[in-house]
Amino acid sequence: MEITIQTVVFLFLALFITLTSVLTVTTQRIVRSATYLLFTLFATAGIYFLLGYTFLGSVQMIVYAGGIMVLYVFSILLTSGRGDSVERIKNSRMFAVLAAVLGGAAILLFIYSKYQFLQVGDNKVTEVTIQSLGTNLMSSNKYGYLLPFEAISVFLLACIVGGIVIAQKEEDKK
Amino acid sequence: MISIICYLIVSTIMLCAGIYGFFTRHNLLAMLISVELMLNATDINFAVFNRLLYPNGQEGYFFALFSIAISAAETAIAIAIMINIYRNIRSIQVDKINKMKW
Repeated sequence: MEITIQTVVFLFLALFITLTSVLTVTTQRIVRSATYLLFTLFATAGIYFLLGYTFLGSVQMIVYAGGIMVLYVFSILLTSGRGDSVERIKNSRMFAVLAAVLGGAAILLFIYSKYQFLQVGDNKVTEVTIQSLGTNLMSSNKYGYLLPFEAISVFLLACIVGGIVIAQKEEDKK
Repeated sequence: MISIICYLIVSTIMLCAGIYGFFTRHNLLAMLISVELMLNATDINFAVFNRLLYPNGQEGYFFALFSIAISAAETAIAIAIMINIYRNIRSIQVDKINKMKW
């Protein structure tokens, strides 16, 4: 396997994702955890760019890194109280969880190594054009995604209404 | 050309980190962050399967797109619930939320 610029970029992204996603769940401060999550999301967008899915990478950056992280940071600042940073986990429980997770990861990697993936060998990166994206989203033929698109629209509306209803202040307390 | 196994190893590590965080953290927001990690790992898998195994179709691409939209909505709802809980009991640690237990 020759060393190309693609391989170097992938190795960098893979190491970065591994480091930051492990740090996200092991650090004690929740603000640091959110910051590491932000780096993980950026590196994931980098993987999408590497695969040639530039629109997906942009959506990932805008929605996740732009929108969701602002929500996280605001809610962390709103809800953090005293005694939150010190969370003690019992050692036995932590070892049990660690063993279960590592066992699951070992099973997954074993399956991946045994399964024969029929990888299509094309080196040239073909981009999905915005025109075909919009046409597929709005058409109802065999490759159309009109029904999931509409379902997502109604779902987002329901979430907006639900978010307002849940988070609004109660008018009169008895 | 990068093998598909390399991408799958990266997403497996991300998924397992998310599961570990979901079981060990006591803060509700930290648990939600772990859930985001898991969803992100599945998004990588969708995109990678689409690109490297079936480059003529676009199914994985669209499912990753829809998955991002759903996780954004889920985060908004979950944070609304957490702020409501904080307003009522002044804490979002999971071991203090025991009013609905019996």
